[in-house]
Amino acid sequence: MLNYIKLILLGGVILFAALAANWAHDLAYQVHALLILVVGIVMFIWVLRHTDEPVAVSAGEAAGYMDGPVRYGIVATAFWGVTGFLVGTFIAFQLAFPVLNFDWAQPYANFGRLRPLHTSAVIFAFGGNGLIATSFYIVQRTSAQRLWGGNLAWFVFWGYNLFIVLAATGYLLGSTQSKEYAEPEWYVDIWLTIVWVAYLAVFLGTILTRKERHIYVANWFFLSFIVTIAMLHLVNNLSIPVSIWGSKSVQVFSGVQDAMTQWWYGHNAVGFFLTAGFLGMMYYFVPKQAGRPVYSYKLSIIHFWALIFLYIWAGPHHLHYTALPDWASTLGMVFSIVLWMPSWGGMINGLMTLQGAWDKLRTDPIIRLMVASLAFYGMSTFEGPMMSIRAVNSLSHYTDWTIGHVHSGALGWNGMITFAAIYFLTPKLWGREKMYSISAINTHFWLATIGIVLYASSMWVSGIMEGLMWREVDSQGFLVNSFADTVTAKFPMNVVRGLGGVLYLTGGLIMVWNMWMTIRGGASVKAPVGVAAE
Amino acid sequence: MDTYSFLRQLADSWVLLAMFAFFFGVILWAFRPGSRSTHDDISQAPFRNEDRPAADDKDAALLKGQDNG
Repeated sequence: MLNYIKLILLGGVILFAALAANWAHDLAYQVHALLILVVGIVMFIWVLRHTDEPVAVSAGEAAGYMDGPVRYGIVATAFWGVTGFLVGTFIAFQLAFPVLNFDWAQPYANFGRLRPLHTSAVIFAFGGNGLIATSFYIVQRTSAQRLWGGNLAWFVFWGYNLFIVLAATGYLLGSTQSKEYAEPEWYVDIWLTIVWVAYLAVFLGTILTRKERHIYVANWFFLSFIVTIAMLHLVNNLSIPVSIWGSKSVQVFSGVQDAMTQWWYGHNAVGFFLTAGFLGMMYYFVPKQAGRPVYSYKLSIIHFWALIFLYIWAGPHHLHYTALPDWASTLGMVFSIVLWMPSWGGMINGLMTLQGAWDKLRTDPIIRLMVASLAFYGMSTFEGPMMSIRAVNSLSHYTDWTIGHVHSGALGWNGMITFAAIYFLTPKLWGREKMYSISAINTHFWLATIGIVLYASSMWVSGIMEGLMWREVDSQGFLVNSFADTVTAKFPMNVVRGLGGVLYLTGGLIMVWNMWMTIRGGASVKAPVGVAAE
Repeated sequence: MDTYSFLRQLADSWVLLAMFAFFFGVILWAFRPGSRSTHDDISQAPFRNEDRPAADDKDAALLKGQDNG
């Protein structure tokens, strides 16, 4: 019966997509309509062929953990990761060598369109798939319960990746609402909302039916990430479409209210997507890999509540010296500085979990990735509050320093903890004893670390130089440097930054090769489910 | 009083107080007497049930009892 309803709904989607493709006002909308038309037809045929067929469910499958979406999610994480790093490295060289904005590829492959492709690919595709996959893995293990909602978890995986494809193709074809990290237009936003509600339902359903008495701290972080991102996404994307047959929409907020909403969203995307969610990973994988429980569970509770109570106010520090009232930007600055405390509390909690297991740092490159990740977390959560101070911000804002800061957090903290999670999960999910090559993990670690160091240090030099050149005045009070002078002066640093990206990308490719060899090569040594625990 | 001023004053007074009270309540609750055994138990959660879900509620309770002991 459910299949008949599905067929009717899919038929409606196919009809709408066909009309939309015909009447589309712009290219991005037309391509998306055709894409949804194809997806709809494939799904229609698939559902039709399974209608009124006997459903085979093996007893073991229904009783064990649901790891299918986690496996797909880990592969998607690695795929989108190297894609995002590749685009990032290319646009880094576009900044050093503008000729790489090829004439024949205009307007699709210029810096302006590739840059949101890079940021969304690494944050939402690499990070997002990693968060969804690891949260599904962790919530099952720490709740002792199979994922709630049956195939809804598959809908979350495929739906989220459809969102990513729609967003990425939209940027290249010029569909954007010009909000940083929230560029997708109205219909893509609505689709993400549907997927996100399903994600919340699967996650919360599993927690509510858990067989452990308490909710493990990692799940608290994941839950705050899911709920807060839902709230941020809804408020920041309040817009009215110009036509149902076109991608263009008009924002409901305007002026400084729009700016404040955007950076309330933007900074909490950092706070709840890139911090709270990844802390959920940290609180599971670091204890697992070290073989010891978290150093202080009390500290983790304080870390959680202090982090979510403080982060939500920090957004206005993106709007110093603008039309935003002084009290609001001071509020953002003060909360950013106070935020230093829970951030370092969490870092210390993660590092101290290794107390008594520090010798593993010599032999286990996964632990090494985790420690480096926590070190970068500590470093960027010190740098961030410092840069939020109004006086420092007057030097650092709009310069490469900000880009360096973001990348020490994203490449160091988010990237390395995700790599560690991938190396932890790949053998477990595919029933192998360990990764194919441990020394390749070590090579990846060093390539990534040196890549980040090149990136961050070149951007510090470039950013501070840029800031000083912009504010330099002569004895008459005239500005000494034109904007183009700073662009010329930045050239060597831009090349070094690009080389850092090449190293980081190479490390990512080595990881993909290692995953491939682990999954495809060698016999299964330990079935992941359905065997007695040792 | 217009809506903005009302909300602004409410946020500056009672809501601020409520949020501080909630926050410190949570911190104090974490330090309540007897919380240590609970925290020790839950911090072991990642090391249980790695390969498959707990069989049913009775078994899970039994398992928990063992880990508490």
